[in-house]
Amino acid sequence: MQAIDFQTEPSRYRHWRIVCDGDVATLIMDVDPAGGLSGDYELKLNSYDLAVDIELNDAVQRLRFEHPEVRCVVIKSGKDNVFCAGANIRMLGKSKHGAKVNFCKFTNETRLAIEDASANSRQIYMCAVNGSCAGGGYELALATDYIMLVDDRRSTVSLPETPLLGVLPGTGGITRVTDKRKVRRDRADFFCSTEEGIRGAKAVEWRLVDETVPPSKWDDAVTVRARDLATRSDRPATAKGIALTPLQREFTESGVSYAHVSVEIDRDRAVATLTVRGPSEPSPASVEAAHALGAAFWPLAMARELEDAILHLRSNEPAIGLLLLRTEGDAQAVLDHDALLIKGESDWLMREIRHYLKRVLKRLDLTAKTLFALIEPGSCFAGTLAELAFAADRSFMLIGTREGDNRAPAAMILSEANFGLYPMGNGLTRLQSRFLGEPDSVEKARASIGQNLDGDAAVDLGLVTFGYEDFDWDDELRVMTEERVSHSPDSLTGMEANLRFAGPETMETKIFGRLTAWQNWIFQRPNAVGEQGALKLYGSGVKASFDKERV
Amino acid sequence: MSIAQVDYNGLIPNNVGLGDDVRVKRALEKWHPGYINWWKDMGPDGFQESMVYLRTAVSVDSKGWAVFDYVRMPEYRWGILLAPAAEGRTIPFGAHAGEPAWQEVPGEYRAMLRRMIVIQGDTEPASVEQQRHLGKTAPSLYDMRNLFQVNVEEGRHLWAMVYLLHKYFGNDGRDEAEGLLQRRSGDADQPRMLGAFNEATPDWLSFFMFTFFVDRDGKMQLEAQAQSGFDPLSRTCRFMLTEEAHHMFVGETGIGRTVQRTCEAMVKAGIDDPSNIEAVRKLGVIDLPTIQKKLNLHYSLALDLFGSEVSTNAANVFNAGLKGRFQEHRLQDDHKLENATYPVLKLVGGEIKRVDEPALTALNMRLRDDYTNDCSKGVARWNKIIEATGIKFTLTLPHVAFHRHIGEFRNTQASPSGELLDAAAWEKKKDNWLPSSADGDFITGLMQPVVEPGKFASWIAPPKVGIDNKPGDFEYVKIA
Repeated sequence: MQAIDFQTEPSRYRHWRIVCDGDVATLIMDVDPAGGLSGDYELKLNSYDLAVDIELNDAVQRLRFEHPEVRCVVIKSGKDNVFCAGANIRMLGKSKHGAKVNFCKFTNETRLAIEDASANSRQIYMCAVNGSCAGGGYELALATDYIMLVDDRRSTVSLPETPLLGVLPGTGGITRVTDKRKVRRDRADFFCSTEEGIRGAKAVEWRLVDETVPPSKWDDAVTVRARDLATRSDRPATAKGIALTPLQREFTESGVSYAHVSVEIDRDRAVATLTVRGPSEPSPASVEAAHALGAAFWPLAMARELEDAILHLRSNEPAIGLLLLRTEGDAQAVLDHDALLIKGESDWLMREIRHYLKRVLKRLDLTAKTLFALIEPGSCFAGTLAELAFAADRSFMLIGTREGDNRAPAAMILSEANFGLYPMGNGLTRLQSRFLGEPDSVEKARASIGQNLDGDAAVDLGLVTFGYEDFDWDDELRVMTEERVSHSPDSLTGMEANLRFAGPETMETKIFGRLTAWQNWIFQRPNAVGEQGALKLYGSGVKASFDKERV
Repeated sequence: MSIAQVDYNGLIPNNVGLGDDVRVKRALEKWHPGYINWWKDMGPDGFQESMVYLRTAVSVDSKGWAVFDYVRMPEYRWGILLAPAAEGRTIPFGAHAGEPAWQEVPGEYRAMLRRMIVIQGDTEPASVEQQRHLGKTAPSLYDMRNLFQVNVEEGRHLWAMVYLLHKYFGNDGRDEAEGLLQRRSGDADQPRMLGAFNEATPDWLSFFMFTFFVDRDGKMQLEAQAQSGFDPLSRTCRFMLTEEAHHMFVGETGIGRTVQRTCEAMVKAGIDDPSNIEAVRKLGVIDLPTIQKKLNLHYSLALDLFGSEVSTNAANVFNAGLKGRFQEHRLQDDHKLENATYPVLKLVGGEIKRVDEPALTALNMRLRDDYTNDCSKGVARWNKIIEATGIKFTLTLPHVAFHRHIGEFRNTQASPSGELLDAAAWEKKKDNWLPSSADGDFITGLMQPVVEPGKFASWIAPPKVGIDNKPGDFEYVKIA
């Protein structure tokens, strides 16, 4: 299998163009039919596969960091009469289950990143639907804050997955129709089962779009609306963006290494060790100095590398079921960087980095691998990096020192960053989710901010799962690891995905927990993927035959 | 006239029991005034009060389908006529082959069927809109009458589709029927659905080419829909085909007469080199190379109407039993095509090759091949006309890769003989193959109206026989 690379940059795009004009950027979707990840299918009518979404993800990310002056982003199609036909069906039909799931997860994360940009980076997205807009095309539009639809008496928005393909609009479509656009449920029922979709005044009345405009007034109306949305942003007009320079990576048979992150794979045990290294330089003295470092500023550099490593492991190392999370380095340096991120509250770049770290940690929460954190001497689970331990399914901390190691005992240190900077998809911090039944424990933990918490203290505060002394450490870990990888990977994925998200539901948790789970069930069912299934037969002209039994 | 007083069986010739059908009657009461307004706004410009010698179908039997008389076009009796029901008809093809034909819309195919009918319906008023200015430059009263006949019949075909929408598709159908009156050919805000129907028909040679090539696409679509397992659509299309034949006739004889006039003028002037364009044009006729260019243009635009060679949509409608193949009943196969293949011309590694594709998804290609075959017969008849005059020139259909905007060859350029070209070579040569603006200006200059009965413009020969066997000087249109 060809490895999937999640890194790209605009000069390599085949499917998107970014056009910046003052405070408005236009993101033009013009998919190259021959530019899919595999040559097995043609990306007709602006349909997309992972290759297209990798570019979109990159574009959304670059617009935030490289273009602080951009306050509104307009997504539109570069093709006549078609906005986007959604995910490529032949691609889905030919993909293995795991590839479909990873594709949906990544595209969902990208759409959430668009919403995060509108809400938190104040780079407000709108969608100019200049042609027919079906399935994933409409789901992309739904991720923006404002949807304009051309009223040429033929362009519609639709979610035709159920009537045409026997699956669901799996990129948040159903969830956003009811929870974001707040379309009445009976209308939503009609809309989601009508293949031709809805156009014009009815689409506005049903809140499926915000506005319709005739073609002769289209360009002007889009410009006016974009300028208006731009006025609602607080992004700085004159700041200089920072270039997201290419990541320095080295892939080997046994892993990947970056400047601050490395992955070592033990294929025999189906285990990978992901190590995040703390800053090698002291924190810059000021926010301005951090700007000058640009992409080399440690929190940003580390976040980019960690994100790439997570995406790589998800897509290219499906057989590795257990991820051991480690850190190395100077805890104080991590805390100093945290302080800068927090101090620069009103600085656009510090804000971007905080939200980016939030998104990267969310990717970890959504990774279908067991996460065990190992807190050992020499580690730096402090502030931002302590979130890795809280994201883990279990954490293990060494009490005292290891024989022959003269380093100080392992310590965990909390900072303000652990109390609100990085909410999970459920809207709570990892500590709030952890202590859902004991809110006092959150307060106790907060009272310990800045303290060096050794193994016993961390166990007492409930911040780690188990503390082991040197003589138990190796054996306990070995047994725990061997036992874990012996379980059914499907069951583990399901179990972890449930246990990680205690507490309230949000649109985001519904997308991953409800919509995605149902979709992944449907993706396995003969009615979709059997020889006579709708997804399998789509495009052949032969109609699916369904097992009519409701389950 | 107040619609409340409409005697449906009298005003609207029909064999569908319109007078007793409350649902359709109510829908038509609303739609009819809009239609008349549309006809007055968008129908033939400047001739609404003229008396035109038109054929009206008042019933589907041999006595009633062609009744000739003078009529003002807005008072034309547009009817709703279906070919007689065939007793015990079964679905001829697809997954439901052999089951009784549907007399009502099958719920699972509602959307697909409605879309097919709306697209078909949308083309009918579109061509009336495209041709609305042509009456003013008609080369004769005979041709003017033929234009108007085509126009009113396109209007009737719109009625036929609106009837299906009103009768079988409830509220959605009524909305769509309304939409058919609201879209306008070439309108920036509300264009017609298919590209070729938003292009202007600027002159009479274009009109003849349009009726020959584009209406022939219409014929192929009607042929395919006449096979439909949805019986009302099948019966509607079967009757429409009898009228469509007249449109083909207008196109084929129009070009034939143009070619004949050109050749005769060349012979008379002693010009035997068809490429001596300047000399030929001085005779007040259209030179053969320019006719070839117009042919190239209209044929390639018409090919685009068939859609992508490989099409899921085409496969779906066939499998569903809604749209068959050309003369499905004559084909000897299982009529299901689940395992069959069909050769499709494709661009493979920079070469045009035939590649076997699943026959179901290649149905557009197949219908297009049947279309090309049908076109080539007409072209052969024009060549016979040229040959008879002794002029050495042969009209040909260009290669299917030439000048395409939809399908396999949309991103490449090819010569009329199918040789692939780079962009620079295409730019250099395209004026040799497609009408240039200078060619257009020349043709426009020739389009002088002739309204004296029995007289014809310089560039076109008179027909061999008149309509309804009328004599040569018959006044087909009494211009008001």
